[in-house]
Amino acid sequence: MAIIEIENLTYRYPHTSQPALRDLSLQIEPGEFVAIVGANGAGKSTLCYTLTGFVPHFFQGELSGRVHVAGLETKEHPLEDIVLVSGLVFQNPFNQISGAKFTVYDEIAFGLENLGVPREDMPARIERAMALTGITAMAERSPYALSGGQQQRVALASMLVMEPQVLVLDEPTSQLDPLGSREVFAVIRELSREGMTVVMAEHKLEWVAQFADRVLVLADGQLVLSGPPAEVLTSPLLETYHIGQTRYTTVARRLQAENGWPAGQPLPVTLEEAEAGFKAALIK
Amino acid sequence: MPNAAARGRAGSSNLDPLSLQMDTDAHRQKIVDRNLSTIFYLPSTIFLSVSIYGLYLWLRKNCMRIHIDNLHFTYPSGVRALQGVSLTIEPGEQVAIVGQNGAGKTTLVRHLNGLLLPSSGTVHIGDWLTRDSSVAKLAARVGYVFQNPDDQLFKGNVRDEVKFGPANLGFTPEQIETQVDEALARLELSEKAAVNPYDLTPTWRKRVAIAAILAMDTPIIILDEPTTGQDYYSVQHLAGLIQHLRQQGKTVIAISHDIDFVAENFDRIVVMGQGRVLLDGPAEAIFAEEEILNSTYVQPPQLARLAGRLDLGQVVYTVDGFLAAYRQRNPAVSPVKPPISGG
Repeated sequence: MAIIEIENLTYRYPHTSQPALRDLSLQIEPGEFVAIVGANGAGKSTLCYTLTGFVPHFFQGELSGRVHVAGLETKEHPLEDIVLVSGLVFQNPFNQISGAKFTVYDEIAFGLENLGVPREDMPARIERAMALTGITAMAERSPYALSGGQQQRVALASMLVMEPQVLVLDEPTSQLDPLGSREVFAVIRELSREGMTVVMAEHKLEWVAQFADRVLVLADGQLVLSGPPAEVLTSPLLETYHIGQTRYTTVARRLQAENGWPAGQPLPVTLEEAEAGFKAALIK
Repeated sequence: MPNAAARGRAGSSNLDPLSLQMDTDAHRQKIVDRNLSTIFYLPSTIFLSVSIYGLYLWLRKNCMRIHIDNLHFTYPSGVRALQGVSLTIEPGEQVAIVGQNGAGKTTLVRHLNGLLLPSSGTVHIGDWLTRDSSVAKLAARVGYVFQNPDDQLFKGNVRDEVKFGPANLGFTPEQIETQVDEALARLELSEKAAVNPYDLTPTWRKRVAIAAILAMDTPIIILDEPTTGQDYYSVQHLAGLIQHLRQQGKTVIAISHDIDFVAENFDRIVVMGQGRVLLDGPAEAIFAEEEILNSTYVQPPQLARLAGRLDLGQVVYTVDGFLAAYRQRNPAVSPVKPPISGG
């Protein structure tokens, strides 16, 4: 039984003439780690907002179709009910930080306070969230005295601590260095293996390829491709949708055009696949 | 000249042929002298003018040299963000700064326009010492595009935002219009000129922030994480912009985590870690230092890693460079027909 079900979703922001999402339908199973890729403006953020109730409750506008998340039909429940089951990590970490707290520790506790979580339960949850995001050493620092990347980890921790059933992340690694990005992907996958459903909008295709179970491609507000990373990220259609590819795919494709790539060998998306493919090309 | 005057007065009333002849001779001599002067002094004058102009240009060019000397900086919170950074950037260089989160990259570049002042050490932008110059003054030489565009956007529409900088630098109205139009066109914002920046997506707000700095026509431009959140095509567009700035002779300093972007667009890479400069040089030299890069969480570019795994024996980081190295090692897979460009 899918934890997320969207049927014929069309949504238009107020004061705009074009819908941001058109006739979109999808299903996501519990515990799946789904990545959403697409060019800027394709509708990734809008879909993230829809899965967490900000569309339509915060942004208003016109929404038609069904959006069913973790047992709730989002149109029919207020935002304060939806946030209990579905949490959003904003694209801009600076916006996620509340400004109401003076230390990272308190910032992370803030959400739990608002949920009325018993005090004695908080430390364990907060410490776990900090450990998962590698910010334990920053617990007593002000959230505003951190680098951009550190702030992004705090934003992530402040959502992880809420333990939502569905975690939606809008480009959660934009400010992070490569190792930091990999850590976030690894932690997210770990959580999805433990049962959390994850939907993540991302541009970093190399990590998407390595960690996501499924990739959805958005173009112009529509869902145009859906499938395993190896398939979707090597699709020749990506260029039409203004989505790039990893350099591994680029060089393999170039070699393929010159008949230098072994027939039947799939185009690589990751370093490992590229290494295997190029070595196979030599044996041939 | 009393004698000449006297002679002249005398000459005009004296119609003695001999004195007339003498005056004519003197007059002719004067003309000859003047011609000789022209022949002799004109080249010297030209040479001198050119030299002085050349000196002026050289001074102006070197006016934009960035010189950072043993810079230490500790935040009020006690964090020692920079621990002895020394760096010189010549006018017209394109430099990328990479390194782990918290290495001190943004802290470093904020010293270049005076947003931060050294705890010790000095920062010179040309002949201006940042400690003695206000942020407003330094803005004429250093344009800084913030990591978070929302930190700098504040006007009600894109055009006004882009106009603010040049208007405050004292350009003429005509220059301002031209510079604003050019900056908008270059960032593909011409059609969005009347839109409120906060009605644009974060990606477009980044473009507005960049346009606002471009319009100021500063000799030095700092881009703090210009590629974050940008899709593939926006990153390509940015690469084109950097090329354009190179042709204009601008100094470009960019902080980025996108190592492929850095490798493909910057001649010089500075690697920072824990408040220090760990490496400083061209891409080939930098990507060979895997251990140092690992220590500051910098990954070599995708193709450099692949080349390493395949033992290609060369440091490569572009598509063409990789394929050339691969073919060199494996002649059996040379192209049977000319490669299709693009891909």
